Amino acid sequence: MILFREYILPRLIQWLVVIFIGVTVTFLVPRLSPVNPVAQAVGRASAFQTLSPEATLALRESLMDLYGLNGTIWQQYINFWKRILSGDLGPSFTSFPMTVNAMIGNAIGWTIGLLGTTVIIAWILGVILGGLAGYFQDRWWSKLVENTLIAIYPIPYYIVAFVLLMILAFYFPIFPLVGGASGAPGFNWNYLSSLLKHSFLPALSIILGATAFRFIMSKALASTEVSSDYVQYAEMAALPRRKILFSYVIRNTMLPQVTDLGLSLGSIFEGALITEVVFGYPGIGNALYVAIISADYNMIMGVTLLSIVGIATASLLVDLTYPFFDPRVRYR
Amino acid sequence: MTPTAQPANIVEVRDLQAYYMTNAYGVERTVQAVDGITLNIRKGEVYGIAGESGCGKSTLMRVMMAAHKPPLTVVNGTVHYQFNGKKLAALFLGPNDQRDLRWKEISYIPQGSMHVLNPVRRIQDTFNDFISAHQSVSKQDARDMTQSYLQELGLPAKVLAAYPHQLSGGMRQRVTIALATILWPKLIFADEPTTALDVIVQRGVIQLLQEIQEGKDSTIVLITHDLGVHANLANRVAILYAGKLVEEGDTRTILKTPQHPYTQYLIQSLPDLDTRAARVSIPGRPPALDHPPNGCRFHPRCPHVMEQCRTIVPDMIELGAGHRAACHLLTEGVTNAAPAC
Amino acid sequence: MVVIRDLFRFSPSFRIGATILFFILVLVALSFFSPFAPDRRRAVPRNKEPSAEYIFGTTSTGQDVFWMLTFAVRNSLIIATVAVAIGRSIGVLLGMTSGYLGGLFDRVSSSIVDTFIVIPRLPLVILIASILRGHMTIIGLAVLLGLLDWARPSKRYRAQILSLREREFTHTGIFAGMNTFKIVTREHLPFLIPFLMADAVSGFLFAIGFEVTLSVLGLGDINSQTIGTQIYWGNYYQSLLTRRTWVLIAPVAASILVVIGFYLVSISLSTYLDPRTRLARMQIQG
Repeated sequence: MILFREYILPRLIQWLVVIFIGVTVTFLVPRLSPVNPVAQAVGRASAFQTLSPEATLALRESLMDLYGLNGTIWQQYINFWKRILSGDLGPSFTSFPMTVNAMIGNAIGWTIGLLGTTVIIAWILGVILGGLAGYFQDRWWSKLVENTLIAIYPIPYYIVAFVLLMILAFYFPIFPLVGGASGAPGFNWNYLSSLLKHSFLPALSIILGATAFRFIMSKALASTEVSSDYVQYAEMAALPRRKILFSYVIRNTMLPQVTDLGLSLGSIFEGALITEVVFGYPGIGNALYVAIISADYNMIMGVTLLSIVGIATASLLVDLTYPFFDPRVRYR
Repeated sequence: MTPTAQPANIVEVRDLQAYYMTNAYGVERTVQAVDGITLNIRKGEVYGIAGESGCGKSTLMRVMMAAHKPPLTVVNGTVHYQFNGKKLAALFLGPNDQRDLRWKEISYIPQGSMHVLNPVRRIQDTFNDFISAHQSVSKQDARDMTQSYLQELGLPAKVLAAYPHQLSGGMRQRVTIALATILWPKLIFADEPTTALDVIVQRGVIQLLQEIQEGKDSTIVLITHDLGVHANLANRVAILYAGKLVEEGDTRTILKTPQHPYTQYLIQSLPDLDTRAARVSIPGRPPALDHPPNGCRFHPRCPHVMEQCRTIVPDMIELGAGHRAACHLLTEGVTNAAPAC
Repeated sequence: MVVIRDLFRFSPSFRIGATILFFILVLVALSFFSPFAPDRRRAVPRNKEPSAEYIFGTTSTGQDVFWMLTFAVRNSLIIATVAVAIGRSIGVLLGMTSGYLGGLFDRVSSSIVDTFIVIPRLPLVILIASILRGHMTIIGLAVLLGLLDWARPSKRYRAQILSLREREFTHTGIFAGMNTFKIVTREHLPFLIPFLMADAVSGFLFAIGFEVTLSVLGLGDINSQTIGTQIYWGNYYQSLLTRRTWVLIAPVAASILVVIGFYLVSISLSTYLDPRTRLARMQIQG
């Protein structure tokens, strides 16, 4: 019970606050901008054809309605929340009459598949590599891995993806340039292997960036762990190295890294979005990119909301697993 | 505490010099932590090492255990063990030999036993780790061993399933002592086992150590600045100052007739419930060991300092019955009958 | 400064990082001598491969890639500098007040900061930037980026202040009767300024990375030359598919060098300031 009160409850509250702030900011941004989206849309429509005044008025009204711009700010806000809570993200402006929900629905499976695998692989890889590098600081392979990942870490996800694309899909066309898979979806080898081929580079790109980040923190933690009293004692007792590395060093570095995973989910997600754009991978990132180009504000807003809620929730779930790792929180 | 008459040495240290040597950003720094120490540890005794913090006791212990790592380097000298009739050069043992010795022959009770237990492992699992590293036993056997040993030592069985943070400091210390001695090592190094514990728990720890030592006739090397603990446990005591051995002898002799001015100060600062006389504390501070004083290292704080003390390092002088001290005053044939207790 | 000298002599990462940054600065300086104005199109023949005359080739809009790159690097660095200045100012102010005041203010502001850390910034920024599309300027972008990166820094500054408050010399100062202002300026600032430097450098990483990401999506100031917009225009004119990759390689390589340079300087500075290495580094007294 104490666990709930002191640990779980505050996290839940924070989750709610994040969602609340996220929704509010997403609501306010279009309304606070100096650019009037309705006027923009009308302007664009009438740039290609002359509209009669009635048509312009009708267009404007339906746009206002679609955008939820009717009524006072407060009314709009309430309506906004009502819509969100009923799960309706509205219609897409440029792919009318497709709804934002439908478009996201098509894309989200790809992104979750990509993210799900890469986040876990990158975390495990980073923690273990970092642990090894922190424990065996003077070996040549430790320094090599460290220097390589230090070079990769600061590079923006876009650039990493782009360089991979250039090298492995362009100059040496081993992998396909664009797309998620080829052929009809189904559990046959053709489809599955094309799925793997198409997702390999995007996944590799994300894994590189995310592992580098995780490695750096993991190595720093492991270096501190190595000088901790219990590791020194275990070494003095000549416990086997493997046991010390995994049960004493890495096991203890895992704790802050579980919390940090929750915090860094946001940046890995952002990286995934951009990577999809580079590889034309049919996930949310690509959908977002198309929406940007076609000025489909509803779609952009829908993805933003989804991202905020999604990341906040994923982060919460990760944090809730922390007590399983740290007995000091589990048993007070 | 039964003083043994066995002359067999289990550890021999000769002219040991161990320095901390660092070099960062072009700045070299050498700390002469242990500077020319020679001593013997006899089988079956409790050998105490006393001195202020920073005098090199822990470093000496570390090197005696051959557990030193850079930046701590042995610059000169030797350490030898005598186990089962064989003489071993401690400083040149390979990792496999060391593993064979550790915990089965030589063991270590660390300073600050607060944090030597892995916080994410239950006590039972930690015992399993340490036992199985040196003996191939099944998990069940290890558990039985641990249970019976803890029972022997009077520690509650429920400790096994607990995590370290759930135990009190004193309990953790005793668990650590159990952990260090479960394989009945012949030689036990204990570094400040009673520091940071309240007196009641201290007594328990002292008793525990006594039981272990008497039970299997083990040798204990005990470091503590607390002369009271030495008085209770140790057969012989060595006094360290600034990386050098300044006096050594029977506990009784040291306490009753200390010859070195530093030892005399240490004993004078022990509280005496009989006389309520004002306690004298030693003036000055221990020297920084990267630039130790010339000659006798104690000379800046010594009340009897002479000209030669400032430049000539005093030799160790035998005073009879295993009592020796390094002080120029003694060469003059002047024995110091300074008030002890 | 002694710090720079020591770092240069003994830290290979600093040497490499500083050298890279030096070349970057040379590029920036060259931008002032460019024979071509950054917004002038058709200044040179289009789509030329790299040659002696046009070192990195020319673009589809008739611009010299090399000289445009100098502008791009300059502008990207300007954006990053302004963004870091804004972000760190907020972060320092918030973090320090939080650390010094403590109590309710600290708890409330810490919870607020923690909430903002979780919110993914990219989708939000995309939302903002796409609405402002076409109206985005370099300074606007800089301000936007600056307003994004204050939460984590403020946490770090707060942690520094908290640890400084507990140190010996603070207590000594309080005992000696120094007023708060003196303690902050005389005792704490000498520690904070190097920390600020190392932290600011890492702020550049975020700003440059985000600028590239946004501009590549077309959400930056597409009428100015930045590293990101160079890539954007390169993609716009299908440089990849038409095999005119030189247009893209230059800005991509530049972006990699810039971030690596900054990062190496940042970590070598942090290692130098780390109390553990500082102890080993202390000069022998007497």
